[in-house]
Amino acid sequence: MPAFRLPTAVTVAVALLLGVAACGDDDSLDPPEPNDGTITVYSGRNESLVQPLIDQFEEESGITVQVRYGDTAQMAAQLLEEGDGTPADVFYAQDAGALGAVAKAGLFATLPGDLLGRVDPAFQASTGEWIGVTGRSRVLVYNPSQVSEDELPASVFELTEPQWRGRLGVAPTNGSFQAFVTGMRVMHGDDATRDWLAGIAANEPQIRSNNIEIVADVNDGRLAAGLVNHYYLYERAHEEGVPVDQLAAKNYYFPDGDIGAMINVSGVGVLAGSAEDQDVRAFVEYLLSEAGQHYFTEQTFEYPMVSGIPVPAGMPELTELTAPDIDLNDIDGLEQTVAMITEAGLS
Amino acid sequence: MAVGIAQLPLVYLAVRTIETARQRGIADLFTDRVPALAARSLALAAVVTAGCVVLGVGSAFLVTRTDLPGRRVFGVLAALPLAVPSYVAAYAWVAAVHLVDPLFGFEGFWAAALVLTLCSYPYVYLPAAAVLVGADPAAEEVSRSLGRGSWRTFTGVTLRQLRPAVAAGGLLVALYVLSDFGAVAILRTDTFTRAVFSYFNFGLSRPALVLATVLVALTLLLLAGETATRRRGARYARVGGGTGRPASRLRLGAARGPALAALAAVSALALGVPAVSLIRWFGEGVSRPGSLSEVSSATANSVGISLAGAALTLLLALPIGLLVARVPGPVSTVLDRLSYLPHALPGVVIGLSLVFFGINAVPRLYQTGWLLALAYAVLFLPLAVGAVAAAAAQAPPELEQVARSLGRRPIAVFRTVTLPLISPGIGAAAALVFLTCMKELPATLLLRPTGMETLATRLWRHTTVVEYAAAAPYAALLVAIAAVPTWLLVSRAGVLSKGGD
Repeated sequence: MPAFRLPTAVTVAVALLLGVAACGDDDSLDPPEPNDGTITVYSGRNESLVQPLIDQFEEESGITVQVRYGDTAQMAAQLLEEGDGTPADVFYAQDAGALGAVAKAGLFATLPGDLLGRVDPAFQASTGEWIGVTGRSRVLVYNPSQVSEDELPASVFELTEPQWRGRLGVAPTNGSFQAFVTGMRVMHGDDATRDWLAGIAANEPQIRSNNIEIVADVNDGRLAAGLVNHYYLYERAHEEGVPVDQLAAKNYYFPDGDIGAMINVSGVGVLAGSAEDQDVRAFVEYLLSEAGQHYFTEQTFEYPMVSGIPVPAGMPELTELTAPDIDLNDIDGLEQTVAMITEAGLS
Repeated sequence: MAVGIAQLPLVYLAVRTIETARQRGIADLFTDRVPALAARSLALAAVVTAGCVVLGVGSAFLVTRTDLPGRRVFGVLAALPLAVPSYVAAYAWVAAVHLVDPLFGFEGFWAAALVLTLCSYPYVYLPAAAVLVGADPAAEEVSRSLGRGSWRTFTGVTLRQLRPAVAAGGLLVALYVLSDFGAVAILRTDTFTRAVFSYFNFGLSRPALVLATVLVALTLLLLAGETATRRRGARYARVGGGTGRPASRLRLGAARGPALAALAAVSALALGVPAVSLIRWFGEGVSRPGSLSEVSSATANSVGISLAGAALTLLLALPIGLLVARVPGPVSTVLDRLSYLPHALPGVVIGLSLVFFGINAVPRLYQTGWLLALAYAVLFLPLAVGAVAAAAAQAPPELEQVARSLGRRPIAVFRTVTLPLISPGIGAAAALVFLTCMKELPATLLLRPTGMETLATRLWRHTTVVEYAAAAPYAALLVAIAAVPTWLLVSRAGVLSKGGD
């Protein structure tokens, strides 16, 4: 039995605790000072997707960006707890709902008008506290070996019909699905939405916890089709190292402004204490610059938010899709959506 | 005070729940779904705990008390699942099942129960093995000499000696199941913790916290139930001189084959499946691991912060553990039980409560390793309290009394008598907490210093964008490093000791 030497252990423990204290002593903890050449970004978007662009920005601007990566929803909760004491300058979120929650708590500064002017008003907060950086469309991902082209529905409302029984994957606990249901409520009203949710629930849907699983299951043939965001198919192709058209699964964009092809955004807000920081402004501007927007269309296959940037090949123009007029600051509305999804027995 | 620090999350939950109740009312949050979730969570905890007791006690008995061939190897293998994070195991199981039948959906209650049992049975196995090795065989010999057969001796004497250790391990398993998110999310089992997480995902953090408060109430029930059935712990160590005699080993005879097969099967399921999946990850796709410096800095961060977490946890656990063992009574029982409470809370709730505490009370420490280490201490305190209390309970208090009667001051007695006696327990506690810290993800994401990446956060980053090949080295390193303290735990349990053959 190996003896555990206590004095050694105590020495090691003390040294470690001191070591930990020392590594915490860096400048990231000081209150954010404007124009000091360093900014702190809370990113709910994945490092693999955005760090290359941030590296590019650091190189071109000479500004150091400290990025804290995390889960978008949990970072929003973290920002709400931190309040005015937050070390963050910028919150870059995966979806508009999280931005709305932070905006509603009054933690964001209003963005300058010339920045807001670059992006369609549908893709920013009506009060100007956050702005879209990229767009993503809802799609029906399907496996052509199980769903023939003439079987593809003209509207998301047709998915409650009997021929889809047991064949459709949905991720009701995922933020993207819930934003989509909120959009449906705004466009078609609560009654129609409730009916649709009940119809889907009665049609033996295959519940998954996120979009990645749905795309994987459709691609492998475990599911015929599923409701997801469009770029997950591209991520899958990227990981498999093949062009997207060589995957078994295909994206289908609901036509004619159907809510099934709703556009949601990833976006940024600037924390109130950093409103005057020119470095922060430079960062947000860079995300919306030609270089930034090109990066997203080419690397993450998302829609640009600034006009004049071509959309990725094979994707319909943004103008052909629907951007319903939802105020995503309306968290009470989201709460109602959650209640409806739960009532329908979908979560 | 140590217990007080551990209760920070509860203070936070109380503040947020009352605030939410005032602002919007919480009655509408208690839908029919809440009792259903509570029932399912408790059922899962019960099934997994029962499974862990069977597997844990069974393996412990086979490797310590029988003439099973290769028992030392199995002694180590049975503890190794501790090194595999539940989310890695769940991913691995889904992938492995798809390999066999691409159309089979491996999910739901029983899938989660299986994976969680295979991940957590070492919590029962290790303390049970330690008791079986350390117990004085005299009690069993007396039982047999009085005419009881082997089986009745086992149930009447051996199992009774085992009871406190098994109950403590089983409690840890039950609390762990309540707080687990990784496995139930991947295997799609709707539990309380999963519901808390999905509220966060909906951007509704306040309702999530209200639900977490309900989870605290459930845990209190569980703890009260366990305390009610608890009797005073049996002391099985010898006092004074003489070399301890190992118990005689049971000859398995014809049962040898099936016993061997059973142990091998459990190890294959608990370790083989994750191993095969990890190996496949390495070759999958086009994503490639980051540079060597990225991997090594994540490793250094993981090891450093986990060591710090273990040190801080022990600092807090030592007084509680000693109190529980030396001054038994209602006060120490309550303190001991309270230290278990945060262990059943989802890591994200612990993380947010320390965000709240850090930003408001100690802003200098916010987003430093200190606060993260403190989060680990709050989360994993019971792991250490249990080990320290068990060691202290086995250290005869008579020795301390003798030292004191000879004129030593209490502090000197503690330093020269108590500490050396319980140091093996401290070592075991440190090892257990260290490897659990390595695997922790949600609180780490919320509290780590900005820019600090650990093996667990890297693994999270790559798996969320399906970069499995890039994730593989982090997962492999995580398991490999966590295996080192596991080995320490096994050898401490005495499973590796020779003799008795």
